[in-house]
Amino acid sequence: MTTTTPANGGNGPGKTAGTATRRPPGVFRLPERGALLGTAAAALATAASTALPWTWSSDFPGDLTYYGSPAGLQLITFAGGVLTLLFALSGLGVRGLGRLTPAGRTSPVLFASLATLAATWFTLGAIAVQLGGLVNLEAGGYIAGAAALATFLGALGLPADRPVPAGWETAPAPGAWQRFTDALASVPPREPARPLPSWGEILVIAAAFGAGLYVFTYGIDAEDGAPFVGYLIFVALATPALLRAGLVRRLTEITARHRGVALAAAFVAAACFPFTQDTDQYTIIGANILIFATVALGLNVVVGLAGLLDLGYVAFLGVGAYAAALVSGSPESALGLHFPFWAALLTGAAASLAFGVLIGAPTLRLRGDYLAIVTLGFGEIFRIAMLNLNGTTGPDVTNGAMGIPNIPNLEIFGFNFGEPHQILGFTIATYGNYYLLMILVTAVVVLVFRRAAASRIGRAWIAIREDETAAVAMGVNSFRLRLLAFALGAALAGFAGTVHVHVVTTATPEQFQFAGPTPPNSAFLLAAVILGGMGTLSGPLVGAALLFLIPAKLDFLQDYQLFLFGLALVLLMRFRPEGLIPDRRKQLEFHETGQLDVPDTRLPAGDQALGGGNQAKA
Amino acid sequence: MTTPTASTGTADTVLEAAGVTMRFGGLTAVRGVDLTVRAGEIVGLIGPNGAGKTTFFNCLTGLYIPTEGTVSYRGTRLSRKPHLVTKAGVARTFQNIRLFANMTVLENTLVGRHTRTKEGLWSALLRGPGFRKAERSSEERAMQLLEFTGLAAKRDHLARNLPYGEQRKLEIARALASDPGLLLLDEPTAGMNPQETRATRDLVLAIRDQGTAVLVIEHDMRFIFNLCDRVAVLVQGEKLVEGSSEAVQADERVVAAYLGTPFEDAPGAEEAAEVRAAEEQARAAGHGPAVQEDTPRAAAPEDAPRADRPPEDRPPGDSPPGNHTPEGDAR
Repeated sequence: MTTTTPANGGNGPGKTAGTATRRPPGVFRLPERGALLGTAAAALATAASTALPWTWSSDFPGDLTYYGSPAGLQLITFAGGVLTLLFALSGLGVRGLGRLTPAGRTSPVLFASLATLAATWFTLGAIAVQLGGLVNLEAGGYIAGAAALATFLGALGLPADRPVPAGWETAPAPGAWQRFTDALASVPPREPARPLPSWGEILVIAAAFGAGLYVFTYGIDAEDGAPFVGYLIFVALATPALLRAGLVRRLTEITARHRGVALAAAFVAAACFPFTQDTDQYTIIGANILIFATVALGLNVVVGLAGLLDLGYVAFLGVGAYAAALVSGSPESALGLHFPFWAALLTGAAASLAFGVLIGAPTLRLRGDYLAIVTLGFGEIFRIAMLNLNGTTGPDVTNGAMGIPNIPNLEIFGFNFGEPHQILGFTIATYGNYYLLMILVTAVVVLVFRRAAASRIGRAWIAIREDETAAVAMGVNSFRLRLLAFALGAALAGFAGTVHVHVVTTATPEQFQFAGPTPPNSAFLLAAVILGGMGTLSGPLVGAALLFLIPAKLDFLQDYQLFLFGLALVLLMRFRPEGLIPDRRKQLEFHETGQLDVPDTRLPAGDQALGGGNQAKA
Repeated sequence: MTTPTASTGTADTVLEAAGVTMRFGGLTAVRGVDLTVRAGEIVGLIGPNGAGKTTFFNCLTGLYIPTEGTVSYRGTRLSRKPHLVTKAGVARTFQNIRLFANMTVLENTLVGRHTRTKEGLWSALLRGPGFRKAERSSEERAMQLLEFTGLAAKRDHLARNLPYGEQRKLEIARALASDPGLLLLDEPTAGMNPQETRATRDLVLAIRDQGTAVLVIEHDMRFIFNLCDRVAVLVQGEKLVEGSSEAVQADERVVAAYLGTPFEDAPGAEEAAEVRAAEEQARAAGHGPAVQEDTPRAAAPEDAPRADRPPEDRPPGDSPPGNHTPEGDAR
């Protein structure tokens, strides 16, 4: 596609904004080029200011007192400044940077500058509050604050991305707030992406996952309190910048073309995480995130694909955990068995599977709400049964509230998971080992999910979710397939439960509640699936990571932790009901854009030919 | 009352329903209906609203279990489980479109292949050569059907985003994907414009030519009488008449059913007498045009419920000529 504006206007659906079309002004009416240049200069100054010390005392977390080496929260301001600069330069038409903004040009700059401003001023405020007054700020801090503000003000002068609507001249002039939201609005890509050579695309995938690993590692390593909050603020505001620029859509297209490479890159990036850690302090969070994410992915088979609302799913994790605990050589185990790991894994999965079939067979004839209530009940029955199998109120199997403690560390082929090991010159300690093991388990579950979803069985599940009566009339045995989904979900949870019990070394009933302050519990699992995106592969993984990381890192809020967390969930569901990583279908469902507004990515040639044909006739 | 079917139980009988009765509590929605569909036939099922046509369909496809009577397909009695009915070879569409709205056109059609493929979960997880082969052949068959119905270019569109007429077509393509010997269409042209209706007629004829018998419910009389080899009329749950298009069109009982006076001694008789009296009164009073207008209106089957109302409810100038008779010339 080397066409210029007139031809572009001819084959597009009429929405593609050529450069000649009028655009509504920004909040300030500045000349576009001047505003862009000013924004770029201020963004450069913001990035440069991180080379100066912001405070003279090393008491603030991250130690922001060095010349020439940004540290702690300064890194975030630096990244924000560079991001804003790149987007602004792309808007100026600098050669080679055009690919950075295939869709919007103004809104990415605006979001990036807003993210930088918010993170920088938050940092400065936190320094002033924690160290007792503005006197603690050095000149570098003031420069950073002023430059970030100037960047944002410059960005406010840019005209909005979308062309002026019809009747613009006669309509009453929009207020400042209206102009602001107009400038933040997203627009579709201007033209089809120019293809990269395939090695270039693979490089892009590798770079994207590398960056993802870095961002995740930064977040997990950020100290509790101000550094993590600053990180959250920045990520929450910078992500829309990437979305508005069309980079996320572009990346999705590329990964869709190289699915195998993308999956491999994702797993390599994830497996690199323990090698970035010096201690086991955060690898345990990583391992727990993976366990949580794997269980959420299993739940996604049940909820996302087959549409069965299961409110007691954590019980399956519990069955797997208890079954594995009983046969894994704990001195307190009623059975006193010590199976090798693979056998324990199979025991856990098989026990969960059996439990799933046992619960599913009578209840899956129910529809919708009834099923949710029954599963909620079974989840609680499991927990209470485990409490009561303690020798006094029932046979002694689970040791009651004390649980089954002291489960020995795994040992596979002489590799003891409890001891630190040198791998490639890095020391990987206990939780790092379990993290790497969980990567393998997650990989298996991802594989199962993908293959099951893209098959005759997966299609039948989705058909049942969409319209059960129609699915049955098409020959789908609804009960059997629902039971299959339920059993598969249970087995996957049992799989994860086996590793879970080895990581926590104790199986207690209190780990498997319906709701509680820490994951995994049924409510959190469901939240991870819905928050991340139902029916998708990466959605629950991202949702689970966020849902585990945020409460773990917001510990310092103490009593307000759950309140703020709940508030965040409500806001997210309000503004992104389809989840963070939406199914293509869900996105259309929640943001109805008109009957024929279909992503035509796979049919451009045919549609354009059709459009051309009509024009020829006219 | 009911006309006996001409011949039953011959070798080429596809569907044979005998004495199908469906009661919901005290209400008998379908009473003792016999119907036979032979191979290569298109049979129409008509009747006023609430006559029990869709209920009868649901009895045939196992969505309802008939209170009495049997339904057999090619000589074997049909199961009472709807998915087994489809497996046996009876596929259907729905009166109000029931596509899988958030699946693509191709995926919708592939779901229709469900009973004709066997690959289970293990096969899907292991992805052996058998799985790939089955997926490929399913997709080929689905694409054939999409080409047949003219939807091939839209294979990756979500079903919800198709225009109404194409959604109807997709429902037919999805039903055909199960390789049925008998296709049941429930109002396939509801809400369509004349061109779309003609296209649907051609499509149904093409389906018959490919060897699938068709049983179709429809309100569009012109469509039914042009299309069907045989038409059965269902009134108040009972089969009133069955025969060729011409015979049914000429039958006075059908006209009476649509006029709202099915039986002389039915509770409606008094009202009908009232209507006649009022009409004569109006004619005597010289409201010529209004009465003239009423006659074709009443004859138009679509307007049958409206014709039940006594004329005094209706102001004389209510009906401008030609406004209320969309398909009124069908008779």
